[in-house]
Amino acid sequence: MSDTTMDRLTSRMPKLLRRADPAVVTAFACIILLLFLGSLYSSSFLSPAYLLQQLKVASFLGVIATGMMLVILLGHIDLSVPWTVAVGAMMGCAAAAYGPVGVALAVPFGIVCGMMIGLVNGIGVAYLRIPAMIVTLATNAVAQGLMVVYTGGFSPQDSAPDSMRYLATGFTIPGIPNAVIIWAVIGAIMVFLLTRTSFGRSVYGIGNRERAAYLSGIDTRRIVMTAFVIAGGLSAFGGVLLAGYASKASQSMGDEYLLPAIAAVVLGGTSILGGRGSYLGTVAGVILITLLQSILSVMQMPEAGRQIIYGVVIVVMLLLYGRTPANR
Amino acid sequence: MTEWRYWLAEQRGTLLSLGIFIVMFIIYTSNHPAGLTANVVQTASNKGVLLAFVAMAQTLVVLTAGIDLSVGMIFVLTNCLASWLVVGTGIETAVGVVAVLGTGALCGALNGAIVIFGRLQPIVTTIATGAIYFGLALLLRPFPGGSVNEHLADALTGKLFGVVPASLVVLLAVVLLVWVPFSRSVLGRAAYASGSSEIAAYMSGMPLLRAKFAAYTLAGTLAAMGGLFLTFFTYTGEAALASGNAYTLFSIAAVVLGGVSLYGGRGSAIGAIFGALAFRTIGDLLFVFDFDPLWQPLFQGVVLLLAVSLGAFGLFRVRNRLDWFQ
Repeated sequence: MSDTTMDRLTSRMPKLLRRADPAVVTAFACIILLLFLGSLYSSSFLSPAYLLQQLKVASFLGVIATGMMLVILLGHIDLSVPWTVAVGAMMGCAAAAYGPVGVALAVPFGIVCGMMIGLVNGIGVAYLRIPAMIVTLATNAVAQGLMVVYTGGFSPQDSAPDSMRYLATGFTIPGIPNAVIIWAVIGAIMVFLLTRTSFGRSVYGIGNRERAAYLSGIDTRRIVMTAFVIAGGLSAFGGVLLAGYASKASQSMGDEYLLPAIAAVVLGGTSILGGRGSYLGTVAGVILITLLQSILSVMQMPEAGRQIIYGVVIVVMLLLYGRTPANR
Repeated sequence: MTEWRYWLAEQRGTLLSLGIFIVMFIIYTSNHPAGLTANVVQTASNKGVLLAFVAMAQTLVVLTAGIDLSVGMIFVLTNCLASWLVVGTGIETAVGVVAVLGTGALCGALNGAIVIFGRLQPIVTTIATGAIYFGLALLLRPFPGGSVNEHLADALTGKLFGVVPASLVVLLAVVLLVWVPFSRSVLGRAAYASGSSEIAAYMSGMPLLRAKFAAYTLAGTLAAMGGLFLTFFTYTGEAALASGNAYTLFSIAAVVLGGVSLYGGRGSAIGAIFGALAFRTIGDLLFVFDFDPLWQPLFQGVVLLLAVSLGAFGLFRVRNRLDWFQ
């Protein structure tokens, strides 16, 4: 059976069954396997406190991966994540230095700065038709340049305002960290956008074949640009949360989020060619990556080993289910 | 159209990058406090050659319509490896050089094998393998250090006859011995063809798989050549994440400036070399004009963004709007 007939069939099934994508099932199976292996290593691995802590750490990656997923669904990629995260964090902290108004606007200001980067990406990709990989690499370099000039090459001295700390580490509902709630809210909005709005359906359509989407009367360029703006804003929001968590922004704080964000999306079964994937898969991918990181750090694996295991896991999992069809 | 006009149309990107480089280099040397001396040329060429090798590597992969985001990491890994192996007597050094180049070839071959036989997307594959290579580099050199055969290093980074930079001669030799034969061989033509239209090339029975595999492997070897030269300049090995990322980024910038199409099938490594030299010179312009070095990353980023935006001018020639959505 060819892939397209599969799609047509599965789209008529009830939602739960449709979501039972082999990739998502594999990802969840790997999560259970990791939890099992972890519990063999240390008995505190399955305690609610530890799991909640993991969920909190995962939520930073989750917010960033949400934006990445939107872009990957279009068949593009956003390599400007590292410095968009740093820009969001640094600009949020910087705004807080300008009196009470600045403190009040710190979070939105950080996000808006990220959206500006996303806007440049979006214009480059959608209107100038430059490959996304290249534009986003270039805007990443420009964002880095701007931040180096702004900070003088050192980590900025401003510390994160209370609003950012509250978002990242506070508790509105007792027992559940705010960061987790934020991720849940953003995730819910994204699921709504992707499955219930014409914007979301257009995103899938463009990811499958932009020409066809264009001929169906979708303003594909506007949709692509909007998606990049959202992705930029979410990356910056991730940066704001991270700065709140660490109570300050630092150089290269975003570097360790590019590969995990892409990996989480792709391991969750979203096709890197675009047009296919579910948010549930991304959630699974984010938790999987976070647990993997956590286990490696519990085992006191040095950075070198972590990088190698990371790369190997991603390649192996992709070889299991991320292959493109052969030439015939 | 006559023969030479076809040739001109084909070489337009290369010639344009040569032109950009010459203009930039004239601005650079005429404002340099020391003027155009052999030492200025030597320093400039030593810095440029590093990027030129990595840019050549990137070109080979880009020609097949792929991308290698791990070139910078192979560059860093081979730098670390060379700081262990390229030492001692003449024979030991020679074995070390071969081992370093072989490691680069192996890294490239792994990328190629996963992309071609594993049928994964080059972007994701090379990001992931880049992490592996960087991890290996960290294992080799947790802290910067090591050494290199200084006689060889000084010979290859010095001047021949007191005028010609030796690194430039090595670059020329690599172009003549590796790039020219490859681009004219069946495999090289097949690599071009796979980038320009994979389906047509497949239908014509070209050796696509072998060609792509050769391109990736050769790319790894060339990146290792760059890593080797980095060791010759610095005398040490260092697993620096920032440097790996920067070289990957700059290699793409050089390829774009050098007139190589990112959609594959068009351009030449010679163009990419001039692109690399031009990009380096542009980055160094700030120093001769006495700007704060803090501005350099921003300046390079803006140059890169402008360079990639230039490609958008092709849109004005598109007659059918549907061609926007290739």
